[in-house]
Amino acid sequence: MRILAAMSGGVDSAVAAARAVEAGHDVVGVHLALSRAGGTLRTGSRGCCTIEDALDARRAADLLGIPFYVWDFSERFRDDVIDDFISEYQAGRTPNPCMRCNEKIKFAALLERAIELGFDAVCTGHYATLIDGADGLELHRASDNAKDQSYVLGVLTAEQLAHTYFPLGTTPSKAIVRAEAEARGLSVAQKPDSHDICFIPDGDTRGWLAEKVGTATGEIVDRNGDVVGSHEGAHAFTVGQRRGLKLGVPAADGKPRFVLEVRPVSNTVVVGPKEALAIAEIAGERFSWAGAAPTDSAFECHVQIRAHAEPVPAHAVVSADGVRVTPEVPLDGVAPGQTAVLYVGTRVLGQFTIDTTVSAVPVGA
Amino acid sequence: MRHYLDHAATTPLRPEARDAWLAASETVGNASSTHGAGQDARRLLEESRERVAAELDADPIEIVFTSGGTESINLALQGLWHARPEGTSAIVMPDGEHHATMDTVAALADEGAELRRVAVTREARIDAEEFAAALPGAALATALVANNEAGTINDAAALALASTDAGVALHLDAVAALGHVPLSFRALRGDAPAGAGLVAMSLAGHKIGAPVGVGVLVAARTARLTALLRGGAQQRGLRAGTQDIAGAAAFATALELAEAEREQETARLRVLRDRLVAGIRSAVPAAELLGDPLDRLPGNAHVLFPGAVGESLLFLLDVAGVAASTGSACQAGVAEPSHVVMAMGRSERDARSVLRFSLGRTSTDADVDAVLAAIADAYSRASGAGTATRS
Repeated sequence: MRILAAMSGGVDSAVAAARAVEAGHDVVGVHLALSRAGGTLRTGSRGCCTIEDALDARRAADLLGIPFYVWDFSERFRDDVIDDFISEYQAGRTPNPCMRCNEKIKFAALLERAIELGFDAVCTGHYATLIDGADGLELHRASDNAKDQSYVLGVLTAEQLAHTYFPLGTTPSKAIVRAEAEARGLSVAQKPDSHDICFIPDGDTRGWLAEKVGTATGEIVDRNGDVVGSHEGAHAFTVGQRRGLKLGVPAADGKPRFVLEVRPVSNTVVVGPKEALAIAEIAGERFSWAGAAPTDSAFECHVQIRAHAEPVPAHAVVSADGVRVTPEVPLDGVAPGQTAVLYVGTRVLGQFTIDTTVSAVPVGA
Repeated sequence: MRHYLDHAATTPLRPEARDAWLAASETVGNASSTHGAGQDARRLLEESRERVAAELDADPIEIVFTSGGTESINLALQGLWHARPEGTSAIVMPDGEHHATMDTVAALADEGAELRRVAVTREARIDAEEFAAALPGAALATALVANNEAGTINDAAALALASTDAGVALHLDAVAALGHVPLSFRALRGDAPAGAGLVAMSLAGHKIGAPVGVGVLVAARTARLTALLRGGAQQRGLRAGTQDIAGAAAFATALELAEAEREQETARLRVLRDRLVAGIRSAVPAAELLGDPLDRLPGNAHVLFPGAVGESLLFLLDVAGVAASTGSACQAGVAEPSHVVMAMGRSERDARSVLRFSLGRTSTDADVDAVLAAIADAYSRASGAGTATRS
């Protein structure tokens, strides 16, 4: 096959490209420039798209003896990921920019360009597995549970999966990938894993958002609507957050309070006791299936609401209005905007963006 | 088979220049040493300087060897700025200049320089009247002799004359023009008084078949210019550091050859280039030649492929064995939208859809044929690849 290997400059994508070459594919490496104002050098595990990352990717491609190009997707990335991130927060929602990048950039803009240019598939260093099932390709968790990235790939559709190649999915641990990189002589073998959001290099999401959307004083209220404090901008708060509330009025029971809801229009943050965070039901209109769609409109599955959250057994109902999921035990800290990924065993069924949540406890509790 | 159509980025080393470099590299001795070995080295260096001066119609003392075009431009612009006439603070710079100029001027603007920009025409030509209008009272002015991307050749004589009339020091960036456009420093300078008119001209060796790493700043003997590098009195004190004798010898040899064959090569490259442009337009009817259709560098074809993603075109041509360019590249190797194309009044979208093919000494009909064989398919794929992705 003709494979376009997306190379970030990290160890995973370098080893993935190496395995693609070794498997006998015709491989071309490409580094996506996602920011035009990226820093020039890496600092610790933060940041990406630096000149150093592009150089690391280039040197890995040199070692593998494959052609290498840098393509500028910074405009698409700004429109579809960064601006989306800002507007989601402004709407009081909690987005996952990595999922957005997979959905709009790596497996959309890049994949479409790859196909136009004559490639059969895009190869990445994601930890997830593709299995040829009875009803077509299935997306599954990686063998290494600790590194499993199937959650952030939950947005991929059958059509996208058909042109995707994850050479690392069946590797039992990341340590093996590093050792393999070392053995292959790849200079990135011991490069630290990237964390955080790549376009917020210092990791200070609140500060970054405040800079982008400005500050505006608003009220913090309890579930009865009584004002218990003030804040400098609702976008700085996420459901489930406890720290940084600086409440002037103590709770009647003296217990800590948590953010229950963010209301961007009125710039209001609602707080309450930890029990009130429990969510009995989640629903969303925007959904997709990672492979064949489920045959039944109601089925049992597991739901996962964050990249590293525990999957929870749940009952799902699909209708024209979207997907509604009732977990067996209430979910904690669910924020609208998050993605719920549905699993059956290790298989990713699909995902939806959470629009509404139903509390497990009535108001006043 | 690889076909190299990126001579404007760098052109292959001439075998004679390599030989000259190797021969000179055998010379033991620092040209600043007073012993016999040093004198031998110095002799070779000054001979090279004289040969370069003769080709450029300048005095040998006016030839300052540098590490290349970027250093020459920096030395000229920073040097003129720091020695500027009292009471002046403006720098006149046309749009669409090379990044070496733009970034240096931007740094000087941070130091307090007032930037006077001069728009270029749709053909990337500097309008001599608008340029002249921006000059009065300026500290210095700069201009391209030929635009490195669009290939348009400016009326350097008119720009120099306007600078003389305005009493403003002019730097010419002749990096892209060297070897293709006749350059007489003496004629361009005319009878301008000290500190006015053409005072400095930047050149790079690797554009004419000398090695990368050697360039020249022609600095008028009367130019008021401070040095960038300190640490010695070499080259009029304008460029401290042990002098690169082998580089100077290779530059002189390459320049002599380039000048000797210029007229013949110009005629040959024009024919090849015109066949390339005609062939592209026949294979891709939507394609449009940018820049001045006639008054342009002989090997330059700067072509807009409407709706195509430049990166994709480059990739597909590369796979077909054709090396071309989008014109400008940043350090990470990203093809950014061309600021030259935007200065020509085109959209950012168009600026991402332009390729520069540049022919040179080693170009043949086979190179042109390779482009023409690949371009129609590349265009159809590359124009699907960027537009179908918006949902």
